[in-house]
Amino acid sequence: MSDSTRVDAMRQGAEAASIGATRTRTIVLTLIGAAILLAVLKPWIPSVLVRLPDDAILPWADWLDAGFSWLQNDIGLIHVTRTISGWLGFLTDAAANILYGKARWPRLEALPWSVVAACSAVLGFWLGGWRLALLAGGTFVWTALMGQWRWAMETLSVIAVAVPFGFCIGLLLGMCAWKSRRFEEALRPVLLVLQTLPFYSYLLPAVIFFKVGPTAASVATIVYSMPPMILMTIVGLRKVPPDVVEAGRMSGCTRWQMLRYVFLPSARSEILVGLNQVIMLALAMVVLTAFIGMPGLGAKLLAMMNSFKLGRSFEIGVTIVLLAVTLDRLSKAWVVKQPEHFERGTPWWQRHLFLLLGIATFMLFYLLSQFLPILDEIGRRQSLSRGSEIDTLIKGFLGISWVKAITDFIRWFFNIWVLIPTELALLFLPTFTVILAMTGIGYLLGGWFPALVAFLFFSAVAQLGWWDRAMLTLHSTLTAVFLAMLFGMPLAIWAAQRERASRWMIFACDTAQTFPSFIYLLPAIMLFGITPITVILAILIYTMVPVVRYTVEGLRGVPREITEAADMAGATRWQKLWKVEFPLAMPTIAVGLNQAFIFAFFMVIIAAFIGTRDLGQEMQRTLAGTDLGKNFTLGFSVVFMALSLDIAINSWARKRREILGQ
Amino acid sequence: MDSDTPVISAERVWKLFGPNPEAYLSRMPEGHSFEDIRSDGYIAGVKDVSLEVSKGEMLVIMGLSGSGKSTLVRCFSRLHDITGGVVKIDGQDIMSLNATELIELRRSKMGMVFQSFGLLPHRTVLENVAFPLEMRGQDRHARRERALEMVRLVGLDGREDYFPRELSGGQQQRVGIARSLAIEPNIWFLDEPFSALDPLIRREMQDEFLRLQDMLGKTIVFITHDFDEALRLADRIAIMKDGAVEQVDTPDKIVLDPATEYVAKFTEEVDKASVVHASVLAREGESVDGEPVPGNATILSLARRLVEDRSDTIPVSLPDGRTGALDRKAALAVLFGEKE
Repeated sequence: MSDSTRVDAMRQGAEAASIGATRTRTIVLTLIGAAILLAVLKPWIPSVLVRLPDDAILPWADWLDAGFSWLQNDIGLIHVTRTISGWLGFLTDAAANILYGKARWPRLEALPWSVVAACSAVLGFWLGGWRLALLAGGTFVWTALMGQWRWAMETLSVIAVAVPFGFCIGLLLGMCAWKSRRFEEALRPVLLVLQTLPFYSYLLPAVIFFKVGPTAASVATIVYSMPPMILMTIVGLRKVPPDVVEAGRMSGCTRWQMLRYVFLPSARSEILVGLNQVIMLALAMVVLTAFIGMPGLGAKLLAMMNSFKLGRSFEIGVTIVLLAVTLDRLSKAWVVKQPEHFERGTPWWQRHLFLLLGIATFMLFYLLSQFLPILDEIGRRQSLSRGSEIDTLIKGFLGISWVKAITDFIRWFFNIWVLIPTELALLFLPTFTVILAMTGIGYLLGGWFPALVAFLFFSAVAQLGWWDRAMLTLHSTLTAVFLAMLFGMPLAIWAAQRERASRWMIFACDTAQTFPSFIYLLPAIMLFGITPITVILAILIYTMVPVVRYTVEGLRGVPREITEAADMAGATRWQKLWKVEFPLAMPTIAVGLNQAFIFAFFMVIIAAFIGTRDLGQEMQRTLAGTDLGKNFTLGFSVVFMALSLDIAINSWARKRREILGQ
Repeated sequence: MDSDTPVISAERVWKLFGPNPEAYLSRMPEGHSFEDIRSDGYIAGVKDVSLEVSKGEMLVIMGLSGSGKSTLVRCFSRLHDITGGVVKIDGQDIMSLNATELIELRRSKMGMVFQSFGLLPHRTVLENVAFPLEMRGQDRHARRERALEMVRLVGLDGREDYFPRELSGGQQQRVGIARSLAIEPNIWFLDEPFSALDPLIRREMQDEFLRLQDMLGKTIVFITHDFDEALRLADRIAIMKDGAVEQVDTPDKIVLDPATEYVAKFTEEVDKASVVHASVLAREGESVDGEPVPGNATILSLARRLVEDRSDTIPVSLPDGRTGALDRKAALAVLFGEKE
């Protein structure tokens, strides 16, 4: 295309945009105005617009229940799942036997902890030198010394089964989606829903179809961890350079050979990044399976937090974080590890040095642990856990008068001046006001499609029948994300001005993102006990991570020439920030904001066990029974709200990027 | 198949990109231009191209980016399925082959070198070179032997166990060349093989390429956007624009007698004396006294003789053993770049 036609097209685009801008303003103002009018005239408008009356709400839960029971009994899905359940149970039992000596096939003894620690150190050394060796070995030494070995192994035994399954099924589905456009188009919305579906909606079906315990935990974990694997596989296979593909075809590859020798190896990096994601999500989920009675670190943490044993909780929290960081670093090191060539004539043992070293370490520590029982197992009495001391320390610290004064003030201030007023306001608003306002915001951000989605989805939430609870959920997420931006943005702007600080900040955020979400409740509970503030604080900490990360990345990503041009144009630092850097960074920041909302919806549901009054609370109650229908109506209320925001923000970011030519 | 059959022949080949190219081509009026086609929502990658390449010949396809030269070569190897016309390899219509036969054809007869090398990053040099052999199921020992031989041929001995990322661009392309030659193809496609290399390395690789071609005598289709490279390497040059071939001829003829204005623009800057050979300017059958000059000498290399010799015509020994007469004035005009 010639330059002049491009310029023409752009000018036409700009004119259309400016006409569009006034039209957008009119539509948005009309929608928002109508919403406000409804709120003001609340006492006089028909009650249908304020809240849908109960008899207008269809019995979705019953219908869903009927559907599920039809699937389960009439179609006979239950037999299929019970068969799968048998196989998975066999595998998790085998893993459990090897890791902590559960009395099942293959009836080996549990691996001594020292063997696991030493071998992971060797693995770490091979993948990333002595730092990783220290991290990997140190994590397991810590776990053993703290007397948490068995719980950690219970957790890992589920991961050991779930990750290979999640990886293989994800890879397979990814390849199908890459081959068939139609399959991909069908898959995309499913993945979107899975991404926003609250974890209780993974847990309950898993329990009903796969029985309580490790099997249900594995199934929930597999389903939860799979989506990014699918996406990364598609991305990787699409990115194989055309030259490489053509070279393969000209080499006379058959279709199978193309896949096996050309596509899959060339997409290695992306596929391994997918594996990394699978591992991290699996860890996050397996911790949460504590809610369906899966023993392990998560269950212990839940129990300790419930009984307010802060010291023990803290120690378990550290273990979970260490495990997360170790698994993340090891799998990421594998992504970047490139094969090295050996000079001709290198002896066999030198080519396989690390494999031999690993075997030798295994044997050495296995033998040693036969003679030194302390290397085999560390009992509760021998452990170095200092739970009660830390407990006293934390409680002592919180009991100091000025600390107590501060936390009390924060609690009072937020409750009285922030949380309660905004919550009451949101509950006051007529249903139809919220729907119209959301539609207006959707139109403002992304045009008619997000507006339509917001209208339909929020109407659906009203129709599903849990409106007030949905508003409470929405309230928590909005407040927390707003606060996260309030605190996170200045921090990110400060860091982005400095080379070293930005690097540290991104590193810290990336590390924090690998922590299982459950962990974020810990500091909140430590500071504020079990109160509404705790929920907001947990979400706030959790969502600040993406907000800060993407803001720093967006600001740092502004091209050098452009900031230099701004400097040469005589812009002050603030002018440069507001007029140049922020506009260019906005699409990236929007991605962070979107992630923050998704994270917030996830976290607010987890926080239910602290005692919220929102959708999460109801969902948690369904876990006790077999209320699959109710669970799903609640779950989809969350999905609909989250997806409306997701679609609106994403389409805004995409439009912005187009305009900026990014 | 007799020896006169061209190795590659293309008759009225079309390659259109768009929603439904076959249907469009069948109802498209004769003489539609590239722009007409584009305004109908189609892109003419290859537009009504007919040409032949005979055994042992090197045809260079020259054109700017987007002129369709890469598309054309992909039609010859059926990396693209053509929209209309016929492409024959050794007399066989390649569009009639089924998938297995096509794979067999590529495994036995064709080699291709790519602009950005197309090496498999997870395989060593040796494994990359052996790749086509592995695909056709040759046993490990034989393919290793052959691959080592190829690696030596392109001068990479000692680097067999390196990975592509450990090599320079020039070295990577040597691997690409070795791989394309591993199956001993008759036909060798090179798609801008040296364009991604810096000028010094490019020159070196061209010399290397000429050396290999002297040794191997393959039938070659070579693509370039660099006119100097085309002149340096080609037996014949096809110049492409907007998917169509503007002129196919020997370098001498293209420089002396460009068929269209577009071609003429390319030749303007060329030092014709270094391209045109004595045999092309010579009139056959006239006998002239004196020491004959070789027919494959360029006018530039004869400069001293042309200036010092006072006779009107200079004898030339033609390739077929006869002699011809070179008009000294005409040759001097070429030497000094004067228009006739």
